[in-house]
Amino acid sequence: MDPTLKIVIVDKNPVRAAILEDGLREAGYAHVVRIDETSHLLARIYAIDPDVIVIDLEEPSRDVLEQMFQVSRAVRRPIAMFVDQSDTASIEAAVDAGVSAYIVGGLRKERIKSILDLCISRFNAFARLQDELERTKSALEDRKVIDRAKGILMKAKNISEEAAYALLRKTAMNENKKIAEVAQSVITASELLK
Amino acid sequence: MSDKLRIGFIPLADATALLVAVDKGFTSAEGLDVELVREVSWSNVRDKLNIGLFDAAHLIAPVAIASTLGLGHIKVPIVAPFGLGLNGNAITVSPALHASIVAAADGDIADPMVSARALARVVAERKAKGREPLTFGMTFPFSTHNYHLRFWMAAGGVDPDEDVRLVVLPPPYMVESLANRHVDAFCVGAPWNSVAVDLGIGVILHFVSDILARAVEKVLAVRASWAQEHPDVLRRLVHAHGRAVAFVEDQANRAEVTALLAAPNRIGASADVIGRTLDGRMKVTPDGAVRVSDRYLMVGRKAAGRPDPVQAAWLYAQMVRWGQAPLSADLLSAAKAVFRPDLYDAALPGEAALPAGEPADGIGAFTGPAFDPDDIEGHLAAWKIRR
Repeated sequence: MDPTLKIVIVDKNPVRAAILEDGLREAGYAHVVRIDETSHLLARIYAIDPDVIVIDLEEPSRDVLEQMFQVSRAVRRPIAMFVDQSDTASIEAAVDAGVSAYIVGGLRKERIKSILDLCISRFNAFARLQDELERTKSALEDRKVIDRAKGILMKAKNISEEAAYALLRKTAMNENKKIAEVAQSVITASELLK
Repeated sequence: MSDKLRIGFIPLADATALLVAVDKGFTSAEGLDVELVREVSWSNVRDKLNIGLFDAAHLIAPVAIASTLGLGHIKVPIVAPFGLGLNGNAITVSPALHASIVAAADGDIADPMVSARALARVVAERKAKGREPLTFGMTFPFSTHNYHLRFWMAAGGVDPDEDVRLVVLPPPYMVESLANRHVDAFCVGAPWNSVAVDLGIGVILHFVSDILARAVEKVLAVRASWAQEHPDVLRRLVHAHGRAVAFVEDQANRAEVTALLAAPNRIGASADVIGRTLDGRMKVTPDGAVRVSDRYLMVGRKAAGRPDPVQAAWLYAQMVRWGQAPLSADLLSAAKAVFRPDLYDAALPGEAALPAGEPADGIGAFTGPAFDPDDIEGHLAAWKIRR
């Protein structure tokens, strides 16, 4: 670990970028800069003069970074992809996680292996978090739909809440559907019959 | 049972053959179950193809060659069994730069030599006045857009590395960058030139077909190892593409094709703009001047789908000319071998290599000697400006 390394994170997702930055700081990297606005990306990067650039693969400006591979008067230090021919496992893990990293200057890649590993695990953690959030959101939505359907059934059939739920569940099992789907059909049907 | 394939693409009009092959059911008719994956950068498409996340990809032709030669990135041999069209790029300039070029021209700027020389005068005048150099946007270091811009401006005496700035911009950011004056001009594929014209912030100065009569643009790319392991799947994939381009080139299907391409998960541009692109009927100035050309984007006509190793040699020559690759007989033959007319012919026999009326050298550049794919040195010797 080399705490003097300057790391730039290019990611327009502020939450994920923050998670990544925190992770890098916890690991002891003091110089972490986030870029969330990609106009004049190269000029910004040259001004910061980082040793390592980490970029979200959903960011179209990744192609702009590829320009830094080119020999050009504008480039002060050469840049290389983190991975090389012998390191396809790293590139696969990174692409899978949705992140890519570039080394600026002549850094040996062993020195930043831990940075890329950390980025990969944080990107994966963020994806899991987002998944969970989505699931929670849809569970909440399901509950709302089921509650409305129960109310409709209780009123129409003059039954208790438990009986209404049992009816939804039984129908769902019989039709091999989710309870929320049956509930949605109840709501749709009742709206049609209004 | 059908074979499952994942194919990456960038939302551009030159993905038409691939998108129609899949969405019109030509691939499923071949027993192929294709999942199309829309991507945001050529780097992503290249990496995902290279590591096997994609089985095939809509890929910018020079990237297929660079990847095969190991230029700028890890070396993964790629082959192109099908060309996803010829031409279709255009050079769009800001109205201000257009006015300067017109004022500096000593003839009709429809002639790319006249426009390139006029550009050289504009560049010299800016330099004399101590103004910032002009900035041109293009899509990737290893891109046709990069080479087309360079070939054109260098012919007029503009050194693309010394006299102007060439910067990489993702196509969706081109128009905004021209509007914000971050760039003065750009070279990009459809629909982005039309979008700039429609917004009143750009004038189409040239179709790239003015500069090169036949210019390969995107190819259907697969890993060479994959092609070897799946010859039958590949043959069926190419066959589906052949049927798709015949469908696209039949004017009777235009409305259906444009509606399919305009879908938000495909190209996602207006059906009107895509229609103009396929028709080669382009609005070129904000005040509505229209230019009609049957060479603008050739999806399948004039043997556009058959990969021509001469095109690969021309692209490699540009890589050498601009210092991206060394010159060697081995690299030249490796570059040519990326384009595989034999794989095309195996799936779609009977297509002429070069239809009557096409330029004899297969390129048709607006200036310089005829291109000889076996004499890159001769090609390079014809130019004063080179690295």
